[in-house]
Amino acid sequence: MSESIYGLIARFDTPEAVVEATRRAREAGYRKMEAYSPFPIEELTEILDFKPKIQYLVFIGGVLGALTGFALQYYASVISYPLIIGGRPFNSWPAFIVVEFELTILFAGLAAVFGMLGLNGFPHPYHPVFNAKDFKLVSRDKFFLVIESSDPRFDAERTRSFLESLNPEEVTEVQP
Amino acid sequence: MAASTDPAEVPVLGPGQTYATVTDRVSGVVLTKDTPKGWLIGFGIAFLIVMLMLFSLTVLFAKGVGVWGLNNTVAWGFAIVNFVWWVGIGHAGTLISAILLLFRQEWRNSINRFAEAMTIFAVANAGLFPIIHTGRPWLAYWLLPYPSMFQLWPQFRSPLLWDVFAISTYVTISLLFWYVGLIPDFATLRDMADNKTVRRIYGIFALGWRGAARHWAQYSRAALLLAALATPLVVSVHSVVSFDFAVSSVPGWHTTFLPPYFVSGAIYSGFAMVVTLAIPIRKFYHMEDFITDRHLENMAKIMLATGLIVFYAYIMEVFFAWYSGNHYEKFMIYNRMTGPYAPYYWALIFFNGIMIQLLWFKKVRRNIPLLFVIAIGVNIGMWLERFIIVVTSLHREYLPSTWAFYAGTFWDWSLYIGTIGFFVALIFLFLRVLPMINMFEMKELVHHLSHKGEEH
Repeated sequence: MSESIYGLIARFDTPEAVVEATRRAREAGYRKMEAYSPFPIEELTEILDFKPKIQYLVFIGGVLGALTGFALQYYASVISYPLIIGGRPFNSWPAFIVVEFELTILFAGLAAVFGMLGLNGFPHPYHPVFNAKDFKLVSRDKFFLVIESSDPRFDAERTRSFLESLNPEEVTEVQP
Repeated sequence: MAASTDPAEVPVLGPGQTYATVTDRVSGVVLTKDTPKGWLIGFGIAFLIVMLMLFSLTVLFAKGVGVWGLNNTVAWGFAIVNFVWWVGIGHAGTLISAILLLFRQEWRNSINRFAEAMTIFAVANAGLFPIIHTGRPWLAYWLLPYPSMFQLWPQFRSPLLWDVFAISTYVTISLLFWYVGLIPDFATLRDMADNKTVRRIYGIFALGWRGAARHWAQYSRAALLLAALATPLVVSVHSVVSFDFAVSSVPGWHTTFLPPYFVSGAIYSGFAMVVTLAIPIRKFYHMEDFITDRHLENMAKIMLATGLIVFYAYIMEVFFAWYSGNHYEKFMIYNRMTGPYAPYYWALIFFNGIMIQLLWFKKVRRNIPLLFVIAIGVNIGMWLERFIIVVTSLHREYLPSTWAFYAGTFWDWSLYIGTIGFFVALIFLFLRVLPMINMFEMKELVHHLSHKGEEH
């Protein structure tokens, strides 16, 4: 029975209410849940025990950028087309720093943007939660908490009454 | 005395704003069928000036750079002046969006969106000038390193090539930073739109954003990292621009303090442009609740601080010329002050060094029309500064037999004015189709301010 819906969604009017509700749902043992808000709320990340991983990608991007910058200039100046100018060294690395720096920033920045999009699974045009009643207010002024039916503790009746005990404005079902 | 030291005297947000009012107010400007008459007139005028730009470019491409006032002695004319001017203007947007984010200056939230837009449009104009200055813009791709049939590579030891990398990285990162900031707001527009087509279009750009807490966490971290990357980037960009000058051996250019001088000048001119845009925009769209007098005052303070650094640099230039004991350096300063371009030099000293001292006074910083006039003055002054740097050093270099005079021709001016029209036209389009104020950051601000209220 609980398989036929994606989950149950509760709507809240304030950020404090959704933070409190998420905390109590977590304490009640629910794990497969997600809070939705019009702006970032740090407490939610802590309660959901979620650790962003984007920084590792950015670091790798930066290192790759620096290496690319140096390799490009080294190859061009030393291997592909060495030019003798007054006996100066081909590998004049101090002159290469600026391009290396710019490529470090470029690659790290690209990693930050596309890494964020990738880790978040974007573009993601369809998601069941968009079916929920009044969910489009999430980008305006409402806050939501969804407990998914795939959570082992999920039970259509008990979860609904649990959510209703959290003082939401409304609890509705989310169609898959 | 009268409570003027209290920083909270003028709020960063008008009274009575909630999550809903912020959203409705900002998205309402975009999601309406009624285009304001003032917008149509303003955009129409700007569009005509864009035609002037296209016409000037056509003449340039058909006849070559000979239509400009360049000569053998002054080979860097308006194109380089305008390039430096436009890049500099762009810097304020990145400063507001990145550096002030790192310093957690929440007052920036309402101005960062259009300051970033301004950055992108200004850098687009800046990028145009070096490309057309090459004379054969259809070969501009030669600037990029690629395994070519000529088996040649660009000169990696030249600041001009560093510039290619700095500017292209800058424009890419600025554009991405801007877009990332827009994603949640695209989602808002998608959700608020009544019209199906409009909803689809914003929906595509929103990429399916749904405000999930885990997404926000990843998103905020990415935005913070981008800001941390953009901060050294913005400093590097104008430093590299200054290398174009400082690495050469031309009198007046060959100094070690050029990078900080250029960077502070860039921030100075950028903030002047933000103020120039913010004052009419907030008046026209009645956004006084979001862009309050406090914002304008803070920007005026930054203008004053960077203006003082720039003025210090002008004084140091004179000191270095004297202290170096170098004949050519001394002549360069003497020629600037008394030569054929002396009126330009003294005008820039007036605009950038003297007039800005008015901003010491709170009354002036709070006087919106006067602040607008000062900002325009700084825009002019900073253009003159670049003109003086480029032209006075070149036109009387080492050998008197090569001395020449330089002046912009009609096509120099028409292209310069045309790019201003292009910039303004893009700003108009931006105001019509994108939220001019970052809605989700404003809602964060409402949230934080409500907490502050509880604590007190």
